[in-house]
Amino acid sequence: MTERYDIAVIGGGNAALSAAMTAAEAGARVLILETAPKAYRGGNSRHTRNFRCMHRGPLGPLIDDYTEEEYLADLLQVTGGKTDEQLARLAIRTSKDCLSWMQDRGVRFQPPLSGTLSLARTNAFFMGGGKSLVNAYYRTAAKLGVDVLYEAAVTHLELQGDRIARVDYTHRSEGHSLSPKAVVVASGGFQADIDWLTRAWGPAAQNFLIRGTPYNRGAVLADLLDQGVESIGDADQCHAVAIDGRAPKYDGGIVTRLDCVPFSIVVNNNAERFYDEGEDVWPKRYAIWGRLVAAQPDQVGHAIIDAKSINLFMPSVFPPIKAGSLEDLAGKMGLRADKLRATVEKFNAACGDTSAFHPTELDGVATTGLNPPKTNWARPIAEPPFYGYSLRTGVTFTYLGLKVDDRAQCRTAEGPIQNLWAAGETMAGSILGQGYLAGFGMTVGTVFGRIAGAEAAKHADP
Amino acid sequence: MQTLDLIQEARRQAGICNACRYCEGYCSVFPSMHAGRAFSDGDIVQLANLCHNCRGCYYACQYTAPHEFDLNLPAALAEVRRDSWESFAWPQLLARRFHTHGGAVALVSVLGFALILWAIRGLGGNGDGFYATLSHTAMVAIFVPAFLLPSVSIGIGLRRYWRSVGGQRVRLSHLMTAFGKAVRMKDLAAGHGEGCNFEDEDRFSHARRYAHQAILYGFLLCFASTSAGTAMHYGFDLHAPYGFWSLPKLLGVPGGILLTIGCGWMAVLKRQSDPALGDVRAWGGEKAFVLLLGFAGLSGLLLYGLGQTPLMPALLALHLGAVLAFFLLTPFTKMAHGFYRSAALIRDAQRIDTADRKN
Ligand SMILES: Cc1cc2nc3c(=O)[nH]c(=O)nc-3n(C[C@H](O)[C@H](O)[C@H](O)COP(=O)(O)OP(=O)(O)OC[C@H]3O[C@@H](n4cnc5c(N)ncnc54)[C@H](O)[C@@H]3O)c2cc1C
Ligand code: SF4
Ligand code: SF4
Repeated sequence: MTERYDIAVIGGGNAALSAAMTAAEAGARVLILETAPKAYRGGNSRHTRNFRCMHRGPLGPLIDDYTEEEYLADLLQVTGGKTDEQLARLAIRTSKDCLSWMQDRGVRFQPPLSGTLSLARTNAFFMGGGKSLVNAYYRTAAKLGVDVLYEAAVTHLELQGDRIARVDYTHRSEGHSLSPKAVVVASGGFQADIDWLTRAWGPAAQNFLIRGTPYNRGAVLADLLDQGVESIGDADQCHAVAIDGRAPKYDGGIVTRLDCVPFSIVVNNNAERFYDEGEDVWPKRYAIWGRLVAAQPDQVGHAIIDAKSINLFMPSVFPPIKAGSLEDLAGKMGLRADKLRATVEKFNAACGDTSAFHPTELDGVATTGLNPPKTNWARPIAEPPFYGYSLRTGVTFTYLGLKVDDRAQCRTAEGPIQNLWAAGETMAGSILGQGYLAGFGMTVGTVFGRIAGAEAAKHADP
Repeated sequence: MQTLDLIQEARRQAGICNACRYCEGYCSVFPSMHAGRAFSDGDIVQLANLCHNCRGCYYACQYTAPHEFDLNLPAALAEVRRDSWESFAWPQLLARRFHTHGGAVALVSVLGFALILWAIRGLGGNGDGFYATLSHTAMVAIFVPAFLLPSVSIGIGLRRYWRSVGGQRVRLSHLMTAFGKAVRMKDLAAGHGEGCNFEDEDRFSHARRYAHQAILYGFLLCFASTSAGTAMHYGFDLHAPYGFWSLPKLLGVPGGILLTIGCGWMAVLKRQSDPALGDVRAWGGEKAFVLLLGFAGLSGLLLYGLGQTPLMPALLALHLGAVLAFFLLTPFTKMAHGFYRSAALIRDAQRIDTADRKN
């Protein structure tokens, strides 16, 4: 077994598959080690819906233009400048060719989903979502002769000098090793390891929900960092959004998203508001609410809405809690009724003229003299029935990762590791220091997966 | 499970899809689903009849078992669909006998053979060719009611369907849109035009679409052949047997071949597919129905080929018996799907039309 493979690819998501297909097309014998069982293969990639793609003129499902400069400016904005410009430009430029590369390997695209028209120019949507992308890639990889081992958890990469000498993994609870010529790490972040999250974040992390796969526990990342492989990013940096508090602990995915905040007031367990719910349009504020909720007692929030607003946002998977009076709603949500009424009345009294209300634009319908204010869409919560959603922090992925160069190669303080490359979430911190741009995760995985696969194949067969 | 449980389960799953929408491009079900927030029983029945069980949305779904959301929309809709046909069917006494009982389909077929044999024995013939075995009058006496009764039954079922899904007055434009889709079997190609995920898990393939097309066009050709024969008999006083270069034969022979191949192919595909992604309980009934239809086609061809041999009377009884059983069972078997699906497409055209007018 040990000598049969030129390259071991660790992980079974978008980045791993992009690397494996590229290497196999170059003639390398490739083995994918995926820790998940087949039914759960594909990591977080199975939950995705689109990737962000630069283009000049209409391309596939994409309309108009999305230039390199605009793309870069969008990235710089969300990261507050914490972007490695050279790697970012590499990802952006290559994204242009990714669309047809993906199509050639079985991915199909569809027009933007209803409710996401704002992304029609920048993001190409996968028909059927990320799991159908992953399925197509596994089929293509199989045709290229790539072997896949499911339920194969990599536990250790033996670093000897400037080379990975051995890959240790368990398969069906038995230990195995192999010594391929080259290794590609594409095993995602560590967000599913709650203990690690807790070390980085403090005890609050115990109450976080993990939006994606339970299998991204950072085992390989930790192992490599322990051996002095260079890292990038901080352990407490993660992408976290506010999701429905009833979501499963892991793998709830897209359907637990809640878009109701701009039309609600959000209170904590003490029935007190804590942030401006109307600060900006929701897609731009989506990602800060994970942290806001994480800072509240017990890491929960409660969005309170009344009858006139309930149909203004995308439905989520769980129906809202519904009650005829605020007191009843408070009872059902475990809040003190008198305090909730007081908060709502204070808010209602601060609302002014609501005639300019416009659900999809910054309408300037704001409160006066309230702290914190609500600066848009501020309408009194007055019309029964009343509705409530509980909010919790949902972690999408972590940023701490492997530092790579423009050839996706990993390094120690002494210099590059001759036969180790990394792609996808596990190295995305090399490009973005913080913040996130929708659809960039799949772009990074595809671009750097392809680079890592090509480099590893070149190394295996010089 | 009871009707309401089936609908409730489909509603639960539709609620998840509506929050997800990843499958929007696959078929007509999703755009229709995403147009609303809450689903009435009628909405669910309409969605179920729009679905053609291509299974694309199952293999693409990140929430299938073992995930706790346990999505299996193709199966949930298939069960509601079959249950809706059963609940709309008339007479109710027969409604729930055949979809889920392959044996009952076989039994009716045997009864069909027996009836024809009895007619041959009892009534005999008085003409040329087949009519020497069974007279034209006897055939008419058997097949006119066997055609009219199911037609009335289907009509009643469709009216009940239309009421349940809130259908409006039908305009020509609705029909054009709906039948345009049906004729090309647009949905069977899936949104990207590469077919279903049927016989080999998540691999897209046109096999099911082509098999279905062979059945549909084979059936229509056979039907046209019979109609041509009837017109020639009554309109032009041209009586069977007809030669190869006659209209009934030119339509019927290719029709029979297509029908036989299509049904055989479909039966093979069904065996390769995962039963858990369809209506598990209707598996046997559907299989029996496909075989009956294929047998009607095959026996017709054999009858044509061996019509001059001593096997003819036996083959005639088998063929006419199969056709008889097929007609009588139309309202109560998978055959009903063609009518309900067309109605669902018309209803969907109305929905799109109304939505367009609002914008
Ligand atoms: C709900 C949700 C929606 C998202 N939507 C989008 C979107 O629309 N567009 C976008 O660009 N990004 C989106 N993202 C982010 C995106 O999922 C990631 O950026 C991207 O999938 C990362 O790909 P990857 O291949 O690096 O990691 P993953 O796809 O997570 O793959 C990691 C793989 O490694 C395996 N693995 C882990 N540890 C081991 C081990 N020790 N041994 C062997 N295998 C191991 C895992 O099982 C998994 O297969 C979304 C994320 C979530 C959670
Ligand atoms: S079937 Fe699954 S992936 Fe498709 S829309 Fe429904 S929930 Fe989403
Ligand atoms: S099985 Fe096919 S037709 Fe039915 S809902 Fe799913 S994608 Fe649509």
